[in-house]
Amino acid sequence: MSAGMVVRRLGGGLLVLWLVSILTFLLVQLIPGDVAEVIAGENATVAEVARIRAELGLDKPVLEQYVSWFSGVLQGDLGNSLFSNRPVSSTIIEAAPPTVIITLMAMAVAVVIGVTAGIIAGLTQGSWIDRAVSALATLGIAMPSFWLAMVLVSLFALANPWLPATGYVDIREGFGVWLSHVILPATSLGLATSAELARHTRGCVADVLTRPYVRTARARGASGPWLVRRHILRNAAIPVVTVLGLQTGRLLGGVIVVEAVFGISGLGSLAINSVLQRNYPMIQGYVLFSAVVVVAINLIVDLAYGWINPKVRTA
Amino acid sequence: MTAGPGQRSDAAEPLLSVEGLTIDLPGGVGQPGLVEDVTFEVRRGQAVALIGESGCGKSLTSMAILGLLPAAVRVAAGSIRFDGVDLLTCRRRELRRIRGGPVGMVFQEPMSSLNPTMTVGDQIAEVRRLHLGERRSVALKQAGQLLSRVGIPNAERRLGSYPHEMSGGMQQRVMIAAAIACDPKLLIADEPTTALDVTIQAEILELLRDLRRDLDLAVLLVTHDLGVVADFCDDVVVMYAGHMAERTPVDRLFYEPRHPYSSALLAAVPQAGRARTSLTVIPGRVPSAGQFPGGCRFEPRCEHSVDDVCRRPQADTTIGDGRRTRCGRVASGDLTLKGTVRG
Repeated sequence: MSAGMVVRRLGGGLLVLWLVSILTFLLVQLIPGDVAEVIAGENATVAEVARIRAELGLDKPVLEQYVSWFSGVLQGDLGNSLFSNRPVSSTIIEAAPPTVIITLMAMAVAVVIGVTAGIIAGLTQGSWIDRAVSALATLGIAMPSFWLAMVLVSLFALANPWLPATGYVDIREGFGVWLSHVILPATSLGLATSAELARHTRGCVADVLTRPYVRTARARGASGPWLVRRHILRNAAIPVVTVLGLQTGRLLGGVIVVEAVFGISGLGSLAINSVLQRNYPMIQGYVLFSAVVVVAINLIVDLAYGWINPKVRTA
Repeated sequence: MTAGPGQRSDAAEPLLSVEGLTIDLPGGVGQPGLVEDVTFEVRRGQAVALIGESGCGKSLTSMAILGLLPAAVRVAAGSIRFDGVDLLTCRRRELRRIRGGPVGMVFQEPMSSLNPTMTVGDQIAEVRRLHLGERRSVALKQAGQLLSRVGIPNAERRLGSYPHEMSGGMQQRVMIAAAIACDPKLLIADEPTTALDVTIQAEILELLRDLRRDLDLAVLLVTHDLGVVADFCDDVVVMYAGHMAERTPVDRLFYEPRHPYSSALLAAVPQAGRARTSLTVIPGRVPSAGQFPGGCRFEPRCEHSVDDVCRRPQADTTIGDGRRTRCGRVASGDLTLKGTVRG
């Protein structure tokens, strides 16, 4: 992939983030209720509310408010929480690790299970394995992650006390302990995505198998693992990577529910509490953080295309 | 027999012999074969053409040889022997040894027949790595020589190119380089020039001719271009709707075709130097599989058809001189056809 292309993609990503910043800012202006009234509390006088409004700069023109807010954002200042009065950015950074790690592990689960099952099913079309994978994938897509989480907890934590049912432990307290706390949330979050990936991978492998270049490779004497690795997987990977990128957003949304089921205090509970309390700076910070993650992942997906598909590299 | 270049004694066992090949769709009850009872052979160093309109089964026949038929169809009967090995019953291992080894294959559309995510060097080197167990670096060196052998300039530098960075003619040269990477005895070329510009077609044919001479290569050429046949081949197998209509040494085809379909094909070739004559066409269309007539498959379009003879199934008959026909009227001496070329 040429440097110019990386710059273009990067520029596109930044543009998206800027647009998201506008929407995030307008969020506060658009939803009903006055921030100053929320902060002041139910028994505040009109004068008190007006004072708070002036303090927050809410009495200024919208554009001016945006410019001052956005210049703060550019310097990493997302404002302070309306309740704890702590900076939003450090609150998010403190809450992020369990969420990010569970999401990444869920993605790993999804890729390992989904892509493997999809490849096997695609290569053995019509076999009982293929049919089993298709049936399980449909089931997996239909199952909500919170229900799956509860089933997994009752099976692997309550009926058989192998894994902890709730909580999160930092990896610095030991890899084994950390892993035991991550497995169940990551699996319950990742299985639906693995089902989606399995179906896609199966379809892509089946499609590539009909391509003339696979016949050519066979005519050269290629077969078995050689044929699969060199001629089928790389070509089938292109659409699968797209789906994986799209699924990231879904995982980031789903992790909120999974955190709630497993009693993990990460970004999910932070987001839910902020919404319930109308803690606007926190909500804005969370939305911006999510947008950055999604844009970054899509950028990685774009760069991965260039690596997988030589046509993109030179385009 | 004609004495084609590189042809050896008639007594030797043919390099490739296809006998009674029948290909059908499994499950299609009572459906006649897509290819039925096709018999021909290719001797060492000989070039044989499989010719016919689109959909007549010539590509299926060529793909059946290396077991590359699409999953939906299968070989229902017949035998295919290559150099003493029965390709339909041999072990998979043996078939893999033959594919890309003693038999190379070139396909119709080079763009879609080359792997878009692999450099052309790796695709050529792959053949040598698979068959000779060469290391990648060694095989790539050989691939460079093969590329320059097929007439690609700056071959060493081109090794790292991807197929989409090359023109169609270049791509087909790459396909040919990969097909000859392990010094095959037989090259199966399935319409190798159909997807290319006319000027490039001539260059590719010229290349194939050179390779044939230098490598003593036998060629099975699938084509629908009679000019190419006349130019390039020793024997020709004319196919129509899954049947072999006629098999003949190539020059005899032009002087005295022995099947009404062959003579109709010859008549349909526009003649240079005859201005303002209307184009001759064969009336009607090739029936699609499943709607083949019960008797002679060409009968509905044949200007020489006689109901009581041609409505019955016709047998593939040897008529001497190494020729075969599937026309009962020609075989019995009832019908004599005229060629387009007269002595």
